[in-house]
Amino acid sequence: MTYPTLAQPLPVLISLVSAWLLLGMLGLLQPRRVGWVAHVLFPLGALVALGVAAVAALALGSGFTPQALVLPLGLPDLPFHLRLDALSGFFLMLLGIAGAGISIFAAGYFRQGEGTAPGLMGLQYHVFLASMALVMLADDAYLFMVAWETMALSSYFLVTSQHRIPEIRRAGFIYLLMAHIGALSILLCFGAMHGGNWTMTFDAMRGASLSSVWAGAAFCLALFGFGAKAGLFPVHIWLPEAHPAAPSPVSAMMSGLMLKTAIYGLLRVSMDLLHTGPWWWGMLTMLVGLFTALFGVVFAAVQTDMKRLLAYSSIENIGLIIAAVGLALLARSFGMDLLAALALAAALIHAFNHALFKSLLFLATGSVLHATGERNLGKLGGLIRYMPWVAMLALVGTLAIAGLPPLNGFVSEWLMLQAFLSTPSIPHSFINMIVPLGAALVALTAALAGYVMVKFYGVIFLGQPREPRLRHAHGAGILERIGLAWLALGCILIGIFPQAALDAVASVTHALTGAVVRRGGSAWWIAPVSPEQASYSGLWLLAGLLGVIAAVFVIVRLFYHGRVRRSPPWDCGYRWLTPRMQDTAEGFGQPIRRIFGPFFRIERELPAADDAQPHYAIRIEDRTWRAIYAPITAIVRRLADAVAVVQRGRLSVYLLYSFLTLIVLLIFVL
Amino acid sequence: MIALLRQLAEALLAIALAPLLAGWVAQCRAWLQNRSAPSLLQPYRTLRKLFHKDAVLAEQASPLFRITPYVVFGTMMLAAAIIPSVTTDVPFARVADAIALVGLFATARVFMALAAMDIGTAFGTLGARREMMVGFLAEPALLMVLFNAFLMYGSTALPTVVHDALAFDTHGLLLRPSLAFAGVAFVMVLLAENGRIPIDNPTTHLELTMIHEAMLLEYSARHLALMEWASWLKLFNYACIGFALFAPWGIALHADTASPLLLALALLVLKLTVAGAVLAVIETVSAKLRVFRAPEFLSMAFLLAVLGILVHLLLRS
Repeated sequence: MTYPTLAQPLPVLISLVSAWLLLGMLGLLQPRRVGWVAHVLFPLGALVALGVAAVAALALGSGFTPQALVLPLGLPDLPFHLRLDALSGFFLMLLGIAGAGISIFAAGYFRQGEGTAPGLMGLQYHVFLASMALVMLADDAYLFMVAWETMALSSYFLVTSQHRIPEIRRAGFIYLLMAHIGALSILLCFGAMHGGNWTMTFDAMRGASLSSVWAGAAFCLALFGFGAKAGLFPVHIWLPEAHPAAPSPVSAMMSGLMLKTAIYGLLRVSMDLLHTGPWWWGMLTMLVGLFTALFGVVFAAVQTDMKRLLAYSSIENIGLIIAAVGLALLARSFGMDLLAALALAAALIHAFNHALFKSLLFLATGSVLHATGERNLGKLGGLIRYMPWVAMLALVGTLAIAGLPPLNGFVSEWLMLQAFLSTPSIPHSFINMIVPLGAALVALTAALAGYVMVKFYGVIFLGQPREPRLRHAHGAGILERIGLAWLALGCILIGIFPQAALDAVASVTHALTGAVVRRGGSAWWIAPVSPEQASYSGLWLLAGLLGVIAAVFVIVRLFYHGRVRRSPPWDCGYRWLTPRMQDTAEGFGQPIRRIFGPFFRIERELPAADDAQPHYAIRIEDRTWRAIYAPITAIVRRLADAVAVVQRGRLSVYLLYSFLTLIVLLIFVL
Repeated sequence: MIALLRQLAEALLAIALAPLLAGWVAQCRAWLQNRSAPSLLQPYRTLRKLFHKDAVLAEQASPLFRITPYVVFGTMMLAAAIIPSVTTDVPFARVADAIALVGLFATARVFMALAAMDIGTAFGTLGARREMMVGFLAEPALLMVLFNAFLMYGSTALPTVVHDALAFDTHGLLLRPSLAFAGVAFVMVLLAENGRIPIDNPTTHLELTMIHEAMLLEYSARHLALMEWASWLKLFNYACIGFALFAPWGIALHADTASPLLLALALLVLKLTVAGAVLAVIETVSAKLRVFRAPEFLSMAFLLAVLGILVHLLLRS
């Protein structure tokens, strides 16, 4: 594909990122005026996002050579290095396209009187966007860490915008803590990779020749650090707390975009900065990813809070992406470039898809939240009748995330399975035995995702309203609908034009693996390995499906009458069929609780036989809290207690410490 | 143009034959149970009756509920067009490989489950969640079966599988240990996915055990007819996938002349007759499992398919 050429995309990108910062500042002029912030600044932010996407797409053209730039900012002797190449271009495009939809939605979403003032929120929001873009443009460890930490902090403030609620403060604290543990690990990783003389530019790191121990250490640190941001097991615990706590557009940004910066970082370090490593890197990454995926989807199935459900579903999708990245690393370590390219393409396209459909669903929960004031699945239901637009657009996202053809989720899962299927050619018998099970786990996860999404959509939008006041729920405003429709359109387009997605990632896979996934014979098909092995055409599938459905509809109408009568549903002869008799979210999770019992820590409160008011409650906990985090917290607390011995809180004691230090120093000096 | 007509003919053939297969299975079951059997044409009569009735919709039914029968039927018909039942030489055969077919079936299942939840009755949601449970257990097992075929033939595209299977074995027998494992696993998945005993009983309306029927409770008249027809078509499609993987004899590789097509058609009818009878025997000799035994049944299928893969890899090295 040829793109129009723009001589200097990098300076344009930098000015666009600055425009985001400027928009954020402008919000402070009149921080309490919703009209100014929401209806002027956020739509402008969406335009800037579109600009970022358009310019970043240039970097994916075949004739593009990476561009670098040094900005005289930052500390003396440590200027900011920036670089635009195919990898950062792809992720910037993702940021721009999904960010535009989220910003438009946010323009209709933020209102007066919900936590932080709109102007301040606008500042945090745009700083968040800008810092994510800078993470992708950074070309030295220093700028990378600055942008990374800015991203963590700005999102922390966004998460805690309703800071008067204790749970939200707690969620924010856990998020900040995990973000910093991750950041420390990344910092150490850069330290391990320094290219001699402690030069911290990425160029020097690429050129450095590390011993295998140091390279392995750097890789593990990167996997841990970026995994903490991405939500890999067992450092996923912040994610189901922080995502539901944030306002919905922020949840969408964190889940759809911020998690992708972690994918970007892992790819940058493991496939670009480090040289090809031993096969256990890929194996480790793949296994962690697969387990995370299964873990996430199983927990998503038992959630009763719609945003927590989506948060766990994000863990699942990140797991799948990381598993594919692991497969790419594995294939690369055996020099199988084509397989590596296929797996990497699957990972990248899935990352892009996830940005679209997860943002879409989080935003839809925002609309539901505004219309009903309810996040608990047990109190929703039947909203397809009161908010038809949101319901229809959310259906697109639901089908896409469930991995159903002909939408986009299926494309990336199909590519992923094709990649897993191609592994028997790896010359290593142990890996040959393990990887088919990986494919099985991917299949199981995808199928479970279907279960989860049926639960999500069915309980919120279908059935009868579980609370009488839901009958007064109102549809979303026009800006919110545009934002949702933009993302839904993306889901459909990638689904029916998967060849365009393969084209878009071609230069990335070429840069990182040296191979390109062929799109197959003609413009309407994808056949990544060969047309004999497997082919898929989303467009033809959709066309065939619509054609057949239309034909059946017309034929039925032509030959038979269309008489329809309405009546109450069949109630088995029992006269009072109430909405309370519907299956609940807990009920929908019951088969999962039973089948995957060992995953959960379940506490049940069962009624006794003679209870006047029988009460049934069930609490489901993540085992990692008690198994990993509680012991660590206990150790930290004990250490803190030990240190506290020297902190008496009395002035005289502290003066004594100063005095003693002075004496010790004097001894050294003299 | 001729190819398109052939394509259309193949899909229409599937639509026409599917109720016959269902009727044949019902007939065999009745014979095995010492009952007098309904006519072979009974399913067609049921369809005719249902199409003539007035549709009764629940008051709160949303448009999703009304379009679902068309979507489900359309999906199954499209799948029938993609699966090489008579010939591999049709234009749609390359639109989707076997993995995409699994995806298509999942699309139909998700729509059916959503429609079942739409009315908001206890049975509908119960059926939906059970159906989705069986689905997520069966899908990995089915993919492992396909993985077996992939290891053997290096392809997930059914036309290539058929072609290679027929080309490899000049003596015509597909005797391979891994395929035997995969074959058993496939039959188990077929039983589960098509709502057959031991997972579900297509003739039951007993509240506590039904899965598929529970989802259809609110459907009537033409909607119900389409749903029933789609479920027969699904059985037909699964049978044809099974033939393509394990018994591809007779499927015409080139459709330029009429004689291979006629032979393929005759063999297809023969294979369906045998498969229907075997299905009836399996259903008669086994007892319906409790819903929560379904995971054990399907993980058995999954393990068998994985064993097939391991056997293949071990024998290769």
